[in-house]
Amino acid sequence: MPVTHAIPQGSPIITVENVIKQFGRFAALRGVTAEFDAGRFHAILGDNGAGKTTLLRALAGLAQPTRGTISIFGKTPQAACRDLGYMAHPSLLYDEMSGMENLRYFAGLYGIAGDTRCEEAIRAVGLDPELTRGVGQYSQGMRQRMSLARAILHDPRVLLLDEPFSNVDVHSAREMVGLLKGMRDAGKTIFVVTHQALLLDGIADEFVWMQAGQIVDRTATTARAEVS
Amino acid sequence: MSLWSVTFATLKKDIRLEWRSKDALNSMLFFSLLVVVIFVFSFDPLAEESRHIVGGLVWVAFLFAAVVALNQTWARELRNQVLDAYRVSPAPPNALFLAKALGNFIFVSVLEALMTPLFVVFYNLHVLGPAWQLIPIALLGTWALVVNGTFFAAMSLRTRSREIMLPLLLFPISIPAVLGMVAGTTAVLTGDNPAHFYIVLLLTYDVVFTTACLALFETVLHAE
Repeated sequence: MPVTHAIPQGSPIITVENVIKQFGRFAALRGVTAEFDAGRFHAILGDNGAGKTTLLRALAGLAQPTRGTISIFGKTPQAACRDLGYMAHPSLLYDEMSGMENLRYFAGLYGIAGDTRCEEAIRAVGLDPELTRGVGQYSQGMRQRMSLARAILHDPRVLLLDEPFSNVDVHSAREMVGLLKGMRDAGKTIFVVTHQALLLDGIADEFVWMQAGQIVDRTATTARAEVS
Repeated sequence: MSLWSVTFATLKKDIRLEWRSKDALNSMLFFSLLVVVIFVFSFDPLAEESRHIVGGLVWVAFLFAAVVALNQTWARELRNQVLDAYRVSPAPPNALFLAKALGNFIFVSVLEALMTPLFVVFYNLHVLGPAWQLIPIALLGTWALVVNGTFFAAMSLRTRSREIMLPLLLFPISIPAVLGMVAGTTAVLTGDNPAHFYIVLLLTYDVVFTTACLALFETVLHAE
């Protein structure tokens, strides 16, 4: 029996109000309205083309809604950028530079001086800051982890992760899930777009189901009533 | 986190990436070298003729070669969508533009420094006017090329055939600057006319277009 919860409870930190995002004549988001609470782990699920990535990019401030508003901590996504950590499907890293060199550069964009925070972020994802080879020579799993390290570098309150487990072996994926669970337990709000919902069963607090550019259901487990 | 600290961090990163890959510099060098060699064999000009045509030849070679570097500049940011990492950060958009423009300025200047002796030797050049004036013409002319080039390369980032789009956008708008560079260089080489007018023209062009590019770059960066 699928369990469907009326979510959220408490005060929302993210409010999405009737957001429409059009690319030419194609509407990727069709009037998405939702509120998300702090300190919860939200898994965004749906078929290809359902609008998951577009919603995540809109939350990150990378896709400007054609209509509607997004508020994060009462601010626009652009204004709240210091509170947001974004990890995309591509690595968002320079292949020719080592992980540490990459993070050092991105730390500079957030006004973080010194190597300490970069080393902490790299160690937090289970990698070695001393690795000197370019990120392009990392395995896919290592690249994903380094990409996560970049996203958490500035210690954001909200993490927006697009398919962090794709092309990663099951063992590494489970390790990443454990890492994200720890971050959620530490109070961070996490959004994960994924096709591997079962990995998050029992870990995510909420599964947000998208279909044809709309949120069609929000459940506490991966089990869900069929939506016509 | 000031405009200049991010600018220099980005510039340092770009120089490091270019140093490791040498994509832009190698392509520019080979292209310019080809232009020098082909024109020498095609025309075999006398010293007197050279003074009249080299101004145009040099700058057209540098303009075409610069397009290679300009395309590379942003291509790096598109690989792995790294540009998005910049866009979601609180770093000032203009710092990215300035870093890219300064980086291109350095790369094209290196090219000019390497190619100029070859032009002098191959075309048997002797400067008849005040040679020092070639320095402001080169600096201001190079900046004119790279500032617009960096801006239009960013604009054509999301177009399907950006390698074609860049010259189509850049060359027409560079005409006043190219005319200034060519006429200024020819004036110094031949010693016929003073080059002051062209230096002031280039300076004005640089100020106007640098200001316009800085004012518009944020819109270009966040365009979808």
